[in-house]
Amino acid sequence: MVQVQVERFDFDVVVIGAGGAGLRAAIEARQQGKRTAIVSKSLFGKAHTVMAEGGCAASMGNVNAKDNWEVHFRDTMRGGKFLNNWRMAELHAKEAPERVWELETYGALFDRTKDGKISQRNFGGHTYPRLAHVGDRTGLEMIRTMQQKIVSLQQEDFEEHGDYEAMLKVFPECTVTELIKDGDRIAGAFAYWRDSGKFLLFRTPAIVLATGGIGKSFKVTSNSWEYTGDGHALALRAGATLINMEFVQFHPTGMVWPPSVKGILVTEGVRGDGGVLKNSTGERFMFGYIPDVFKGQYAETEQEADGWYNDQDNHRRTPDLLPRDEVARAINSEVKEGRGSPHGGVFLDIASRLPADEIRRRLPSMYHQFKELADVDITAQPMEVGPTCHYVMGGVEVDPDTTSSTVPGLFAAGEVAGGMHGSNRLGGNSLSDLIVFGRRAGLGAATYVDSLERRPTVAESEVDAAAHRAVSPFDWPSDGQAENPYTIHAELQQSMNDLVGIIRKEDEIQQALDKLVELRERAKFVAVEGRREFNPGWHLSLDLWNMLLVSECVAKAALMRTESRGGHTRDDFPSMESRWRNKLLVCSSDERGEYAVVVEKPQEPMREDLLELFELSELEKYYTDEELAQHSGRAGQ
Amino acid sequence: MSYKGNFKIWRGDDESGGLEDFIVEVNEGEVVLDIIHRLQATQAPDLAVRWNCKAGKCGSCSAEINGKPRLLCMTRMSVFTEDETITVTPLRTFPVVRDLVTDVSYNYQKAREIPSFAPPKNLGLGEYRMKQQDVERSQEFRKCIECFLCQDTCHVIRDHEENKENFAGPRFLMRVAELEMHPLDTEDRVREAQDEHGLGYCNITKCCTEVCPEHIKITDNALIPMKERVADRKYDPIVWLGNQLFRRGSHKR
Amino acid sequence: MKAGVGAPGRAQMSERTFRTDRWRTYPITTGAILLFFIAYATVRIFMNQWYWAPEEHYLTPLYSPCLSDSCVPGSSHFGTPLPEIPSFIPMAFITFIILAGFRGTCYYYRKAGYRSLFLAPAACAVPEPHKKYTGESKFPLVILNSHRYFFYGALIFALINIYDMVLAFHGKDGGIGMGLGTLIIVINVAMLVCYTLSCHACRHIVGGRLKNFSKHPLRYRYWTFVSKLNARHGQYAMISLVTVILTDAYIMSVAAGWITDLRIFN
Repeated sequence: MVQVQVERFDFDVVVIGAGGAGLRAAIEARQQGKRTAIVSKSLFGKAHTVMAEGGCAASMGNVNAKDNWEVHFRDTMRGGKFLNNWRMAELHAKEAPERVWELETYGALFDRTKDGKISQRNFGGHTYPRLAHVGDRTGLEMIRTMQQKIVSLQQEDFEEHGDYEAMLKVFPECTVTELIKDGDRIAGAFAYWRDSGKFLLFRTPAIVLATGGIGKSFKVTSNSWEYTGDGHALALRAGATLINMEFVQFHPTGMVWPPSVKGILVTEGVRGDGGVLKNSTGERFMFGYIPDVFKGQYAETEQEADGWYNDQDNHRRTPDLLPRDEVARAINSEVKEGRGSPHGGVFLDIASRLPADEIRRRLPSMYHQFKELADVDITAQPMEVGPTCHYVMGGVEVDPDTTSSTVPGLFAAGEVAGGMHGSNRLGGNSLSDLIVFGRRAGLGAATYVDSLERRPTVAESEVDAAAHRAVSPFDWPSDGQAENPYTIHAELQQSMNDLVGIIRKEDEIQQALDKLVELRERAKFVAVEGRREFNPGWHLSLDLWNMLLVSECVAKAALMRTESRGGHTRDDFPSMESRWRNKLLVCSSDERGEYAVVVEKPQEPMREDLLELFELSELEKYYTDEELAQHSGRAGQ
Repeated sequence: MSYKGNFKIWRGDDESGGLEDFIVEVNEGEVVLDIIHRLQATQAPDLAVRWNCKAGKCGSCSAEINGKPRLLCMTRMSVFTEDETITVTPLRTFPVVRDLVTDVSYNYQKAREIPSFAPPKNLGLGEYRMKQQDVERSQEFRKCIECFLCQDTCHVIRDHEENKENFAGPRFLMRVAELEMHPLDTEDRVREAQDEHGLGYCNITKCCTEVCPEHIKITDNALIPMKERVADRKYDPIVWLGNQLFRRGSHKR
Repeated sequence: MKAGVGAPGRAQMSERTFRTDRWRTYPITTGAILLFFIAYATVRIFMNQWYWAPEEHYLTPLYSPCLSDSCVPGSSHFGTPLPEIPSFIPMAFITFIILAGFRGTCYYYRKAGYRSLFLAPAACAVPEPHKKYTGESKFPLVILNSHRYFFYGALIFALINIYDMVLAFHGKDGGIGMGLGTLIIVINVAMLVCYTLSCHACRHIVGGRLKNFSKHPLRYRYWTFVSKLNARHGQYAMISLVTVILTDAYIMSVAAGWITDLRIFN
């Protein structure tokens, strides 16, 4: 019989996830005087944020003084095809510089400009050099910086209370399986230690989800095993809603060979620093793929594109740096039309564009990654790259200012939150999203805790139910075949990749949905061997339920949106439709997370002063005539 | 291009354990971690291994392969011959949890004992100015992915459990060096490096540098410069005399 | 096996190491070279002869500078401030203390010595035989922190060696000349200078100790230069060890009349 012993902890705020958003939220909550826990599936400091390479977008204007929050806001909205939550995009553009500077006070060492300020680099979709960076390991720098800030806060607490963990405790290698509510509000979270398999209960009025994305539901992905959509699924089961789940970003440049590293990211910084995409005939094909909405903003000849790296005032940027969705689709088409590289990608060439030393200096980890994983010397040979599942724009529907979900006490920040990036995220906007909304989540949770008259309580029956559900994979089915979690996971990844991947069709999505129903049935019979101590088969079984539920949201929303926009491309509906721009697809589920429902909902219209930041001619490409009737440019006509 | 490879993998826990033999398929372009994953999916579903990014960026999958501390994800199968038996064991400096997973909490404990960055009090947000050449030394150390292979290979604690109390290990002595060389850090860390964090235990045999997957020159660029700074402060009568006479170095505090 | 990798709580395995590569090569070869040098130098400094080849003006670096009344005529380039030295005392003891001290406290030789002579450890992740270990935190090994003084000394000796080198261009018939010995001396001096300048203490002194390079552009340039040399410090250490032995052996052979110096001109 299962032993149901549960360690219990009381906190004011529990942050689930120890990536950039989680750590920033925890720092803020602790600075607001709240007893805070950080629960992480991995060791402290190993979060997926470390994989972010290119940089952190913030309009500090250190390299080009013309940059400001308004330009950043416009770029973000354009990148997201105007489907973004405009308030989030506004807060993000306004607050990013301060959040980056704050990191310096924690000890971060970004690359510098000649006059000693933070250097900024070019990136796809950003008008000016905007990305604060450290070589190509910016995410690592941010995680380490915030990790060390947390240690420094713990040292302060040690001085005051004689206990490092008095106010801020990290629970490494610990997975949350259930959120527990008291009535309609959050009351706690149920979790297990990955190493011992023992259970824990957090009694807390406020939970911040910062669990990242869902990439592990796809076969070719740049995401690590942690990205199983836990936060998305926990939110759904707690009664919160997800939006924009049909928008999944496929990063245009992932490694395609050798097979074991397929999907691992090749930073956009390669293109920002001069790398160009070529097909098997040696043609720089991106010039043929500039979409109408971007006509006039990108260089049309190789000569102009090459001039841009050094003189941005008199040249338009290279189409190699179009937003990620455009580049990913272009690569996809080239490969389909038979102009791909030997292993089914295209070539990314920096070797012929920069001296070897310069490449090694600017892109050290790319150099090592190819050298050590693929035995390719990027200073001498082109890389082979192809699209890889990278980021989900969709996530928990939140209030922009407080990051609160529709469930009181449940907050979300970072990739797990939806809205900020609309239908497509710009490179570099993720790291800044983490710190801007991570901080707001910590603040929002702390304010919420202060506003409570009574702390919610956890019912014992809920704890027992969560424990029983958690150990159920150890019960071998008395009749019928036991299912292997690894097999189901592999089948899920294959069908999501093939049927709900970068290019989608109605009948294929339908097939995927049928497959999901089948897998969900089979997942009920998943059974694992061994004990609860560090048992990866068991861990996967629990994660699998989350992946299945979230995949259903993705597929259902993808089926409903009959247009192509950003990270959602329908072969049967190839154009972008203005009437869809304002529609959010909202996903919810039943309490046990057995099925997902997706409904349409209109988005709140953009505040007028923000709308005025755009030229009418640009808005006309995205908005319907009715929506623009009140615009000052038209009202005068 | 695929063959059957022979593996010996340590399985067990803190009480008992030993090497188990496996024969597994190996394909072109694979790394040792791929093989471990294939074992999990086909022969040993509960084989415990810690991993994350599979791209040498997170430093989770540290283990020992043929006796050498390495990342499982960055060890390509092509460096071995097809008839070679490959031995994979957990890190041998830290307590084992299960199979290839060890308890690395020693490192997090040591991290807490290093005083944090002490920013200048007179600078506000956005007012930090640092030259690239001044941040480069510390930037090298900040490439560290905290795989703790250097801690694992360091004989000071690997071969002498009792030294764990007094020795922070190369990773965290390097952290002291990083802060010491940070252009805006206001703390003096030299004396502490020797007296509190055990810099004197290091006999610069460079194993930490040898195993570092990020190729950080831990010994030459962090540990030896720290030893020289300690020598400035503790073992150099000329500098001492100079400081007494001209009161130099007083601005450093 | 209760200590070290066999300590309670760690994964228990029968083998002390699973390394399959030839990890013994480095400690054995390095140990052999070091022991040979120690033996050679010991024998050589007690010889108290054959250090000066008068016709060719070659002075072996092991006896330079020769400062006592015991020195053979012509070998004292800096006079003889010291009285006659009894024959059982090596007359080059000052030179020996400085040079042996510089190498003995050198960060590279420390690594080489600890690995090959003290097996602490013999190779990475190979258990060392010692029961207790305190490294350089206690006497006597804490003395190794005096490296920089030997560096100052070695720097002076490097200048003296350069002076000796210039004199070695003395022609047999007066004026300028050059022999095989001159060439060997030049190579040796070059290696000694590289070894001395690439020293970690030197790197620290010229600029490494600064917190802000940008305020000291000149010292930053020195530091950058020394850092480049420093990356090969180990190589210079071993190469210069060999060139010193070869130089000394050659000059000894010429001075003793065993061979005749091959003259290139004059």
